[in-house]
Amino acid sequence: MKNNKKFNVAYWLVTVVLLAVGAVGLYWRLTQGHRMANYGQLIVWGLWVALYIYFIGLSAGAFLISSLVYAFGVERFRPIARLALFTALISLLAALLNIWFDLGHMERFYEVFSRPNFLSMMAWMVWLYTAYSILLLFELWFELRTDLVRWSEKAGLSGKVCRILAFGSKDTSTKSRARDTRTVKILGSIGVPLAIMFHGGVGALFGVISARPAWHSGLFPLLFLVSALVSGGGLLLAIYAFLAPDRGSEAHTALVADLGKLVLGLTLLDVLFTFSEYSIALYGAIPGDVGPLLKTMTGPFWYVFWIGQIGLGMIVPIVLLAWKRTNRNPNWVGLAGFSIVVAFVGVRLNIVIPPLSVPELQGLVEAVPSARMSTFYVPSTMEWFLAMGIVGLALTLYALGYSLLPVKPNKETSHG
Amino acid sequence: MPYVPAVMEMENAIIRMMDDVQRALQKPPSERRWGMVIDLTKCVACDACTVSCKAEKKTPPGVNYTVVIKEEVGTYPNVRAVFLPRPCMQCENPPCVDVCPVGATWKNEEGIVVIDYDVCIGCRYCVTACPYGARNFDFGEWYTENTPMLEPYETAPTFEYGEERVRSEGVSPIGNVRKCNFCIERLREGLLPACINDCIGRARYFGDLNDPDSLVSEMLRERYSFRLKEDLGTNPKVFYLS
Repeated sequence: MKNNKKFNVAYWLVTVVLLAVGAVGLYWRLTQGHRMANYGQLIVWGLWVALYIYFIGLSAGAFLISSLVYAFGVERFRPIARLALFTALISLLAALLNIWFDLGHMERFYEVFSRPNFLSMMAWMVWLYTAYSILLLFELWFELRTDLVRWSEKAGLSGKVCRILAFGSKDTSTKSRARDTRTVKILGSIGVPLAIMFHGGVGALFGVISARPAWHSGLFPLLFLVSALVSGGGLLLAIYAFLAPDRGSEAHTALVADLGKLVLGLTLLDVLFTFSEYSIALYGAIPGDVGPLLKTMTGPFWYVFWIGQIGLGMIVPIVLLAWKRTNRNPNWVGLAGFSIVVAFVGVRLNIVIPPLSVPELQGLVEAVPSARMSTFYVPSTMEWFLAMGIVGLALTLYALGYSLLPVKPNKETSHG
Repeated sequence: MPYVPAVMEMENAIIRMMDDVQRALQKPPSERRWGMVIDLTKCVACDACTVSCKAEKKTPPGVNYTVVIKEEVGTYPNVRAVFLPRPCMQCENPPCVDVCPVGATWKNEEGIVVIDYDVCIGCRYCVTACPYGARNFDFGEWYTENTPMLEPYETAPTFEYGEERVRSEGVSPIGNVRKCNFCIERLREGLLPACINDCIGRARYFGDLNDPDSLVSEMLRERYSFRLKEDLGTNPKVFYLS
């Protein structure tokens, strides 16, 4: 318990700092528009787009893992299924905030609904993740409903919040729970193709761009799905390993180990996909294709690839999850998950930025005397601050939900 | 004697091209196909086109509808310079159009790829989709910011697409994607695009590609021409003579 208290203090300290810094970033963004951003005419997307696909990947991955339970009946992972759904919801929110602030005209976002162009993968993506977020809300509500009703009796804030979120529902009978379970199964089953479509769609958003050979690969939608599963799995692994209330119990250790095995398998698949994507492009040696990859591997940010993507994203988790001496210890397994969560920020940055950093025409950069026309990009302070604020907001909502709602991974809530 | 292209012997290419434009304007818009021809043997990379475009469109720093790419080829003493002016290619199959999530950009009936500034959400997806780097994002910057006042050349209204707009904070076209539109608002008045008028070496030509009697059609018949990245299937309407 003592450790838990220390963790809570540290968690809120970090969150408050992130929120404070984020408030500054938000002020700059709203008063200065895009002037304080460092992306430019060539590298026209930056940190926020990378974080958008990072969080949306976490969301899709966590959701698909919850579907193992809700759609496919893999009961082994039931104790974390609710947590996975809740994680998917908060990640989705962080993703949407990131991409919203990236728009040149934030006030016009509704046009994607009022006048969509369905030839655009971006329009598809927005419509699909809108459908996904509605489904996610309903699935989570039906899954939590009986517990929300029960928790309404509790004194304090948790009871109040649960009472509001129960939306007047009172029935906690076994029969109503069985009805909910069926509804959740149906929603979860619809959710699987939906999540595959919308996150595959995010990959396709990049994949269809023939002007950027490094994106223009049929592997992209699949690569996005695999990496979503890895990162979402890694996040759940870290959260469950370190924060579960039943930490130290045999059941916890066993489930962490099993979840670790799942993440290990997914990580190995990711290695295969990444190797395939890189090796084929490198062998082909088309400048627009190989240029960004060489920049990724040997450019000024080589460490994001070698230390982040390969080291923390592949080698560390594979060793920790495969080695007998670590793969049954929740701390090591959790660390493997955490390592993946950190590394995938780098994976996402490397997907967005290097392919944009090679000019479409040779000599184009030199032809335009402007700092905006540059092959080099580091996010500005404003970009970092705003992004940190979004992370802070996500952490706040996560902690509030985790403590006030019946989403904790334990027996009391997991079997309704 | 250096080779003198036939067009140099004519009285005045500008007058001929303006006649071509007048003739095209008599036709229904869908029967026109505006195109540009750039004679690379005559370009001296003076950037007059770049500057005239700046003056016409009052584009902010970093936003350039047309640029001149300059490259050195070979090693000293066997060196030569090659120049490549690059406006928007006004592709017949523009990859930037399909990707727009809100349909804020399209190829109009005259074949010009246009943008509706009041619809564009500024997602910049089209910028990534253009294989020629012809699209720019308006970050809201000024040449004379951090000076006592913004100079009038930055705050004067522009008439892009025939709409009078004064650039100011948070208002379109700031926060929008912008590009060359072949000076569609000048064409409507029978004027040539600004870069065509101001080319000092008469390297740039403009006219109706559907009109066999237009100067551009004639040049494309007589000279060898190529277009950029033809393998992408974009089918540009900017032709280069070399």
